[in-house]
Amino acid sequence: MPVDRLATGCQPLGFWDGMGLWEQWGINFFPRLGDTMCRAMGGATPGGIPDWLIFAILGLAGAFAVVNVAMLGVPYVILLERKLLGRFQHRVGPNRVGFFGLLQPMADGIKLMTKEDITPRVADKLVFSLAPLVFVVPVLLMFAPLPWAPHAVLADLDVGILYIVAVTSAAEIGVFMGGWSSNNKFSLFGAMRVVALVVSYEIPLVLAIVGVVMLTGSLNLAAIVEGQRFVPNLLWQPLGFIVFMIAVSAELNRAPFDLLEADSELVSGFHTEYSGMKWGVIQIGEYAAIIGFSGIIATLFLSGWKGPAPMPGYLWFVLKMGMIISGFIWVRATIPRLRVDQIMNLGWKFLLPLALINIFVTAGEILAYPDGLPVWLIPVNFAFAAIVVAVAARLLGIQGQPRQVVPAPPVFETMASS
Amino acid sequence: MHVGTGASIAFWIMAVVAVVSASGVILLKDIFRAALLLVVSFLSIAGIFVTLNADFIAAVQVLIYAGAISILLIFAILLTRDVQEGNPSNRLKIPGMFMGAVLLTALIVVFVNTEWRLSTEAPLDSTTAALADLLFSNKFVLAFEIASVLLLAAMIGAVVLARGEDE
Repeated sequence: MPVDRLATGCQPLGFWDGMGLWEQWGINFFPRLGDTMCRAMGGATPGGIPDWLIFAILGLAGAFAVVNVAMLGVPYVILLERKLLGRFQHRVGPNRVGFFGLLQPMADGIKLMTKEDITPRVADKLVFSLAPLVFVVPVLLMFAPLPWAPHAVLADLDVGILYIVAVTSAAEIGVFMGGWSSNNKFSLFGAMRVVALVVSYEIPLVLAIVGVVMLTGSLNLAAIVEGQRFVPNLLWQPLGFIVFMIAVSAELNRAPFDLLEADSELVSGFHTEYSGMKWGVIQIGEYAAIIGFSGIIATLFLSGWKGPAPMPGYLWFVLKMGMIISGFIWVRATIPRLRVDQIMNLGWKFLLPLALINIFVTAGEILAYPDGLPVWLIPVNFAFAAIVVAVAARLLGIQGQPRQVVPAPPVFETMASS
Repeated sequence: MHVGTGASIAFWIMAVVAVVSASGVILLKDIFRAALLLVVSFLSIAGIFVTLNADFIAAVQVLIYAGAISILLIFAILLTRDVQEGNPSNRLKIPGMFMGAVLLTALIVVFVNTEWRLSTEAPLDSTTAALADLLFSNKFVLAFEIASVLLLAAMIGAVVLARGEDE
């Protein structure tokens, strides 16, 4: 953020104020760590250590902390997914390593790190090695403006939500690099499918955010949380929430939008040729993106760190993120994968009009009630959302082209009849 | 205006990365790597916008250039055959050099003859609202609307071209 603003006195980063939340818990772990460090190092006073160096050190330390929180979450989201998928499929899921399989992520990590790391002979080696990094870095950048608790923000950006949309769109370049440098047609097909998917779903994703931004009047994520004074935005924006959830699961390339690595068609898409820890890094990127996007959904629609009961803000935030992640896993276990044309129809003919309708209706509501929306609008909003979704789904069903039935090869017929 | 040391350091890192990667775009034979370097160049320019306190422009630079344009560029490269052959030189070498020399001269003339002034005004704390006020006020609203109509026309044109005649 603006370097000038940070050069003033001894409170360089909002994040360190948030460390006061330890004081709330009686654990005096980092009481005003930033302040103390700043004073100890001479602060912005002339003759001391230059202020930009303090900013750089504090920024790096804060980034280190936030990235590690995200990284700690990844193995347990993977474990949660495996456990829940197991339950959905009437299995037990991993339960051998540690209590209830809690140490399974450790075992997986050790396995990945000791596996052979193979680079194809015909691959573009430099690009092939860089691709996992290019894939994972934008995802980690996404965590910078997320408000974990009151004032606990690493980078309190004015353009917070725009920054997140911008940064995450760059992750697809990593997908491309991996797909192209592998020199393998399945990887390349996987990478090409991503473009179609991302280009189509980025539009409803951004348009669904617009409704929330209009309600708050700010792009700043902390301001968006503060703006949800009594009720979460979900109640004012049910339509926007539906569109955003669907667009996010497409953006995350998760089932039912996991065309990109449809195992039955493309082996595993752009990371077919990856093995060992490079594959591990890609996997970390995918699951960190799930954590990050559920944080964004919690912030935009579920009032972030706020909650009805007196509980520390970050607990509310993590709880809401966990609910949303479980929701994604539920969807993955329930809905089968869509075909390419179905995905395109859904994106352009269903989500895009709904997002536009949402913007118009929200703008109208704000114009009609500039001093805050009345409570009776909540049921009206929900009824309206239900009607619009039902009508749009109906229209989509009529317009969708009937599937051409391809006769099965004889070998399958004999298998089916026997 | 006083420019802080940190801002200068950030500027020089970003400027060197931008220029080096931009030269890489021209000099590399491998088109795919050249496109990737173009993305690096776009990103460092976004960084320079950040040092100028233009946070909204920086985010839009990343979103549009690094996120959208470069992805379409790379997509076009992926659909091209024989990418590894690179960009072989053709018979237009001499006209190309001539045009390049003309462009370089023009740029140098403009660069030398421009009076580079530093604004004395303090940078805005929040640029988003100020930008919106300018874009949607009487000042620039016409240009804004004309640009959007132009984009709409381009989009409809693309749809018409892609559909063909028989539908």
